[in-house]
Amino acid sequence: MDHLLSFGHLAAPLALIQSAAVKKGPMLVMHPIDIAVLVVYLLFVVGIGIVTGRGQKTSEDFFLSGRSIPSWITGLAFISANLGALEVMGMSQQGYEYGMMTANFYWVGAIPAMVFMGVAMMPFFYGSKVRSVPEFLKKRYNEGTRFINAITFAVFTPAISGISMYALALVLQDFLGWHFTPSVIVSALVVLVYTFLGGLTASIYNEVLQFFLIVFGIAPMTIIALIANHGWSHFKQWLHTHQLPYLVPQAVAAGSKIAAATTHAVATTHAAATRTVSSMVHTGSAAAVAVKAKATAAVVQLPATQWLHTWKHTISGNNPMHITWPGVVLGLGFVLSFSYWCTNFLVVQRALAAKDMNAAQNTPLLATFPKMLFPFIVILPGVLAIPLIPHLYPGNAMVGGHHVSPTQTFNNVMPLMMAKYYPAGLLGLGLTALMASFMSGMAGNVTAFNTVFTYDLYAVFIRPNAPDRHYLNVGRVMTFVGIIVSVLFAYVVRGESGIMGYTQTIFGVVNAPLIAVFLLGMFTTFTTPIGGFVGLLVGTGTSVSLWILRLHKGFPLYHHYNNNTTAAFWSALWAFCAGAAATIIASLLSNKKASDQLVGLVYQLTPKPDSTNVPFWRRPIVLGVLALVGALILNLLFW
Amino acid sequence: MIDLRLPIGIFFILVGVILMIFGLVSPTNIPNIDVHINIDLYWGIVLLLFGIPMTFFGLRAERKIKKKAST
Repeated sequence: MDHLLSFGHLAAPLALIQSAAVKKGPMLVMHPIDIAVLVVYLLFVVGIGIVTGRGQKTSEDFFLSGRSIPSWITGLAFISANLGALEVMGMSQQGYEYGMMTANFYWVGAIPAMVFMGVAMMPFFYGSKVRSVPEFLKKRYNEGTRFINAITFAVFTPAISGISMYALALVLQDFLGWHFTPSVIVSALVVLVYTFLGGLTASIYNEVLQFFLIVFGIAPMTIIALIANHGWSHFKQWLHTHQLPYLVPQAVAAGSKIAAATTHAVATTHAAATRTVSSMVHTGSAAAVAVKAKATAAVVQLPATQWLHTWKHTISGNNPMHITWPGVVLGLGFVLSFSYWCTNFLVVQRALAAKDMNAAQNTPLLATFPKMLFPFIVILPGVLAIPLIPHLYPGNAMVGGHHVSPTQTFNNVMPLMMAKYYPAGLLGLGLTALMASFMSGMAGNVTAFNTVFTYDLYAVFIRPNAPDRHYLNVGRVMTFVGIIVSVLFAYVVRGESGIMGYTQTIFGVVNAPLIAVFLLGMFTTFTTPIGGFVGLLVGTGTSVSLWILRLHKGFPLYHHYNNNTTAAFWSALWAFCAGAAATIIASLLSNKKASDQLVGLVYQLTPKPDSTNVPFWRRPIVLGVLALVGALILNLLFW
Repeated sequence: MIDLRLPIGIFFILVGVILMIFGLVSPTNIPNIDVHINIDLYWGIVLLLFGIPMTFFGLRAERKIKKKAST
């Protein structure tokens, strides 16, 4: 405690939270220099909230930044809003568990959709002057379609924010020994202060600061991990001489398919009666530690080099993620990816804040360039950690009859690496980056939630035609409510295992059916208001049903997939197909809108934005092609 | 509205200086590896090299805005 007390008033509030840490002897103790970095960050984010809060007079200032922000800022905010704590910690965890296949979330599951969003879809969103995604659905279809989207978004957005908050508080508790409740409350208060004062502008400005902080706080880990592995070629050599375990559902493992495909498998062990499988420990020697895993499953040993490839082993499905290429291309690359990046208001809202059409189109396009490099910061450290931190387990594993320590789970690869390799000073920067990732994600969710609630639920169903000032005040109150609900969700999921996978499931439930309705609405003229409504209802019903069918033992899809990631890919694809089929059938049976009502909403009936007056290098199509070429090169490099 | 490059630049200058001074005053190597690198010092310099141009461009933009407003 001496070093904390000697640091004077700056350390005092944190010392209170940290007192438990010192008593229990946590894995990490913050040095005063680490606390100084954290305090500087907290002062800046609150300061930005105060400065940007001045001069916010209308609801459009608060919810859409007065549509005045340059594209480089909205572009970075576009990806930063997506960079929640689950992204930074979850991606390194998946890097450790599945290897470079995880990069498919970026190079297949993000870049093409972001390009499509900027080039093809943004002219409709920005050009129609809508204030939210549900409002676009109202214009293209009807009030009912808007309601379904608004209500599911308003319910699930604070849930994701709460899960993210829980994940961060858990790290602070497990590694620093901070109490759960003060950690949650302090983090929530900081986000509340700046989003309440500065609305979307404060959120966007802080997201950009947080983006750079995450880059500079996490990037040294890749460099250090490479040094610790004695370089890339030495690391690859290690992989060539080792094998790693992965979990296969018993139903699949027992069949001939996997047996035929697993030509390199050396061991398959399962004990279905006790639901016990041998260890998921990354030792390469398959230590026979008994681990109680969630699934009735088998552990197969694969050559460790498979952890370096994104596509090569997706033909057989014999890969760490146990998925085949159609699942990656259609489930992730098409449905989940396009639905998230093209229809999720959390990210679309950043582009709507841009100062003009060109800036709005370039928002997702400029974001693709840092986005495609992010795997090297968030995934690669997880992959490189395999030989460095060998004994990690799934979250609900039991070793020798005891639950494994929370700090020894896959989820905590990133903080474990920081604990091992970051000295005081850099550790403060790294931990602050983790907190920043949480705050940017939470603020993004809360600002999207308050906008959808105010514009699409309150102003439509509760109090229409109120003065603008009233909606501004409602927005501020809903900021507060959004944060309270997020905190409550953090307590609801407290103690639950496997929460990381829930977010992918939630995205699948909310967004996957939406993209079918959007694409048909934007690119065909025959879809009708009833068609859109029925399509969204059926699509959402399908994704919820699939979710329920794999929740409990005895249900038909229980353990059908070996992980939530694979399940989310396939469920999204089925929900998309159901939603699209329902939209088409219902449209053929109902009356469509007159053509003049669809101008600005449907591709064929809308004048295309003229970009000939902007410099060549700022044209959306040029940036889009460059982004696709970059993603293609990265896919080939890690084939 | 304030040019965003200004607060970002100042933030990274501050944090860069904190790391640099700490790296100079109490040189610490990266734990658990056998290579001696004063990472705080070097990473502080990296942050400073990022923060200075951001602040410069931010200040320049602010001056331009003020000049425009006065004319």
